[in-house]
Formats: sequence, C-alpha cells, structure tokens
Amino acid sequence: MILLSHEDWKAKEGRFIALWTDARHAYALYEPGELVAVELVDNAYPALHHAGAGWFQRLAQDLNGHKALGAADIRPAIDHKRDTDGGGLWPEFKSPEVEGVHQVAVGPIHAGIIEPGHFRFSVVGEQVLKLEARLGYTHKGTLGMIRGKSPRLAARFAARVSGDATVAHGIAYARAAEVALRLEVPGRAIYLRAVMAELERLANHTSDIGAIAGDAGFAFLDARFALARERICAAAAAAFGHRLMMDVVVPGGVAGDIATGGAVAVFEALDALEAELPSLKRIFEDYASLQDRVVGTGIVPPNLAAAYAAGGYAGRASGQTHDSRLLPGYPPYETFPLYVPVEREGDVAARIRIRLAEIPESIRLIRDMLHSLPDTPIAIAPPTGSGEGLGVAESFRGPVWYWLRIEGGSIADVFIADPSTLHWPLLEHAAATAILADFPLINKSINGSYSGVDL
Amino acid sequence: MWKTVARHLLSRAAEARAADPAVVKTLREKVVASKLGRSLAIRHVSAGSCNACELELRATQNLVYDLTQYGLSFTPSPRHADILLVTGVSGKNMREALLQARAGMPEPALVVAVGDCAVDGGVFKGSPAICGGADSVLPVDLMIPGCPPSPERIVQGLLALVEANVVPARVVKPRREPR
Ligand code: SF4
Repeated sequence: MILLSHEDWKAKEGRFIALWTDARHAYALYEPGELVAVELVDNAYPALHHAGAGWFQRLAQDLNGHKALGAADIRPAIDHKRDTDGGGLWPEFKSPEVEGVHQVAVGPIHAGIIEPGHFRFSVVGEQVLKLEARLGYTHKGTLGMIRGKSPRLAARFAARVSGDATVAHGIAYARAAEVALRLEVPGRAIYLRAVMAELERLANHTSDIGAIAGDAGFAFLDARFALARERICAAAAAAFGHRLMMDVVVPGGVAGDIATGGAVAVFEALDALEAELPSLKRIFEDYASLQDRVVGTGIVPPNLAAAYAAGGYAGRASGQTHDSRLLPGYPPYETFPLYVPVEREGDVAARIRIRLAEIPESIRLIRDMLHSLPDTPIAIAPPTGSGEGLGVAESFRGPVWYWLRIEGGSIADVFIADPSTLHWPLLEHAAATAILADFPLINKSINGSYSGVDL
Repeated sequence: MWKTVARHLLSRAAEARAADPAVVKTLREKVVASKLGRSLAIRHVSAGSCNACELELRATQNLVYDLTQYGLSFTPSPRHADILLVTGVSGKNMREALLQARAGMPEPALVVAVGDCAVDGGVFKGSPAICGGADSVLPVDLMIPGCPPSPERIVQGLLALVEANVVPARVVKPRREPR
C-alpha cells in the first residue's frame, strides 16, 4: 500500500477497480492490484474522478459515514432510510427535460425469478432516454458480519456474497487471507479450485445464454442450455458434494478432495455439452428473428467500457482485453495456455458470442487440469497471524477482489469488490440506447449481481 | 423417430416425487378451508438473497425436474398467485415490498420460505441490516431449508402444498349394483 497526498490521490490515473474506507484511510485499487491510500480528514477524503468510483463512494458514505469531498453523485446507496415498519419516502428520480417524457417504474420485485432492485426508466414512447437503477435492496450487512470472525469462519460469508459466483468469491477471499498470513497453498488445492471456478463459469454461461434466448422467444435454446447447466451442477455435486460448490474453497486450500468417480461425472457433463454446443450455436446464429433482437441492441461502446475498466464478458465484448487469469501470480493458469476472446461491437450479440467462445476454453481447461492433478495434500491450516492482503479471482462475470486486514487471527477489516459494481452503470448507459422492450435482453446480457454490490 | 423418443426417455433423469406425509398432514389442518385444488400459482419474491436460491428455484423448471408436471407454475403477478414464495433474508430495505406483495394476493394464500436465509436468516442471522427470516415479516406456512435447497428438495417441499390442497376424492357410488 502506498500512502498518497491528497493531490496525488486525486491526480492518479489508471484502470480503477474499487474504493473503500476504514477508520483512518480511504483506499483505491487499480489494475493489476496497485493499492493506494489517503488519510481521512474530518471523516472525509477527496472524491475520485474515475467513472467507476460513484457507487463505492456512496457505499462508504452509507456504511462508514465517510464523505467524498467534491463527489457529483451523493445519492444514498444501501441506506434507503426506512422506518422501523419498513415504510419511508421514495427518492426523486429526475427525467431529462424533453417533451412527452414519462417514467416507468419497475421493481424492486421483478417479474422473473431474480434478485430485487428498482429500475426507473424515463421514456418517450418506447424509446428509453434514461435509466436509473436504485440498488441496495439485498443489503445484508455482509462486511459487518465478516469483521471479528476467524478467516475460516468468515469464508462462509464470502461464499454468499453472490451465490452464482460462490467459487470465485471463495477463491478471491482465500487468496487475500493467504497473502495476509503468508500461506503457501498446496498444488492440488490450487488445481481443484480452478476446476471448480471453470465449472462455475460453464454453469453460468450456459444458463444465461439460454435465458437471453428465452427472453427473445427461443424457448428451445433456453431448455437445452438449462439442461446443460443442470448436468454441470449434478456433476459438481458428485465431485465436490454441493451443486454450486459452496463452502468448498477455504483459506489454506479446499475443504474436501474430489470424490471417487467425481472426475468421471464431470467429464460426462463436459462431453454432453461439447457434443450439443455446435448445434445450439448454429440455432443462435442462423435464426434471423433471434439475431434481429440481439444485434445492435444495448450497445456499450469500447471507450465507455474502458472508462469503467469493465471486466468479464461485458468488458471483452467492448474491446477490453483484461482477464485476471492472465495476471502474473494467478496459479494454475500460468501452466495452462488460455485464449481470451475479445470483440468490439459491444451489443447483446457480442456478449453472447464472448460467452459462447469461453465455453470450449473452460471445457479444455477442466479436462487438462483434472488429468494432471498434483499429488499433494489439499489444505494446510491457516496460522493465527496478522497481516494485510489482496486477492483476486476471475469469476464468470469478471474479476472479484478482496482486501483483508487480519489481526491476531481475526479479521479486523474487509472490503469486497464484485465486478458488477462497474457493470451496473454500463447497463444504465446501454439501456438508454434502446427501446423498453429490449431491456430484459440487455439486462440479462450484462447480468449484474445485486447481492454482490449491495453487500 | 423411435430412437429419438427412446433417447429422450432415457435422458429424463428425475423420478416422480412424493410429498412428505407428515408435512402434508400438518398443512392440511392449516388449509382446511382453502382447498385450492391441484394447480397452484407461485409468486416468487427475493427479500435479500445471495441469488443462489433463485438459481435453484429456476432449475425446478428445467427438463429434469419440470415443476409444471405437478400443477405448480410461476406467475409474475401477486394477483394471480396462490403461493408467495420467499427466498433470502428479509432485509430491512425489502420489508415494505414483501408486505405489499402479500397484500396484493387474493385469499386464501400460502407463504413458503425457501432456503436457510428465508427460514431464519441463515448465516446472516443477527445482522443489524436484516429483520430475520421471512416469518419476521409475515406468517409462514411452510419452510424448505437448505443453502440453497436443491431443486429436488424444493419440488418435494412444494408438493406437500399440492397434496394438502387436494379435495379428498369423493367416493363415487355406482348408481346400480353391477350385474
Ligand atoms: S439460503 Fe444460502 S443460498 Fe439461499 S440466499 Fe441464503 S445464503 Fe444464498
């Protein structure tokens, strides 16, 4: 960590990832893991000019009461100012001043089986002029629950920050703890973690691609991709004892070895997906009515994605080449060549194409890793130490970062940056390029996590 | 064509499920007046989940579990719903919305809590940001624990509601003695 003057803090350039505060400092994290800080003065720090800083600064205000001086956006994030009976006033949503503009309110309860959040559209006819997302509904006080726990106990919370990326969150959390405690994780644990992370990527990519097609009226693709996801979850349960592989990653390694017959179950699920993928891909590409819905819809231009340092498929569909698996010191990917697909169109179709192209990569990686599992123990017990650490893992939607300070065997402070934080503003922009009826497709194609940012 | 049919029969992994008779019995007493029948519409509300419960809830609709075969289906509107299915903790920010969803449902309505969070707050029990499980906001009729519960467990749990709501078959007496 480098302590900066207020001037240097404000002038700092780079790909901004996250901002948070503790009792004395404000911290800012830049790729590829550069951590800088300033001292708080009267519970305040200078606001950062980076596009992605908004939500983090609002969160720091609500969680810790620390002000970002000069910040343009000071709306509450997770503090909805509810009375004890749950009531309270709504904030004011401002529409652009255009003739004929009106607002459409959606949520917090959505039509589908998804998490809660409120979307306020300003529309003229069917054209969306502005989208304002009001998040914070799934706030559960996760950071507060982690503080004071031992690294082993707190892993249960990291695994539940965003359930669809439970493995990636588990890995990023464990790596932060391992850096803080200077712990060398055995090779077999590293491989098993990566196998689980790739299985998780496959499960999400398949089910999300299917769901987008389903929203465009292609129930067949939805059904087949959902079946692929089901097979992967069943294989994960056979191999690791849990369909989503929750709580398997722990600081120091993994909680259990791959079960006897687990690898075979995984290979069978991969074979089935691999066999069906070309025909599903052909349906996606060949049907004009499906392409009509996704091509040119919900565009995130490359300069916008760069301004937000967007990771994952949302970034890579808009010209960003970043994938944290390519960072030095991210085992075991240094041992396995990795092809990272990149596109520039930035529309729903490009985001789907990126995810389709990542599926064979993950299949290949899992096979290679399971065929070369090192013969070491699966974990070592974390010592009762002190230290500070950063950890990153590439979830299916992009890099997940954890920052931990451990004092005498318990966690003194923590921050969690899910890639969704930088994706939600992109959704607001993308929605305003389209008509209201296309919003479900655009939203699913970016698929931000609510729980991951509401913390 | 027969080959295709045969292959698809083989790929249908799930066997028919049955409800737990003990749960059905207690539920029957509760719904004694309702008797909604065999087809129940579900309105799902996440009141503060980690989203994994939703993933598994969605999976109950896939080709393997096929929830609709039992007469259960999801509806976007509380006005069309017989069951309010809650996942996640009841976050303070979601309390009002949850109550409004319940108020928007026609009576009789049943409330089901799915997942440890909805049962009692799960791992988040004691967090100052939450009210607790679903029953800290609403009376709950059925709890399906698990973190997250597997689709299989969700289906099995929901089947108890169907069973409890079935009008006991009337004994049809033949009009004349068969000759
Ligand atoms: S019960 Fe478990 S899986 Fe379900 S929302 Fe809570 S933490 Fe997530």
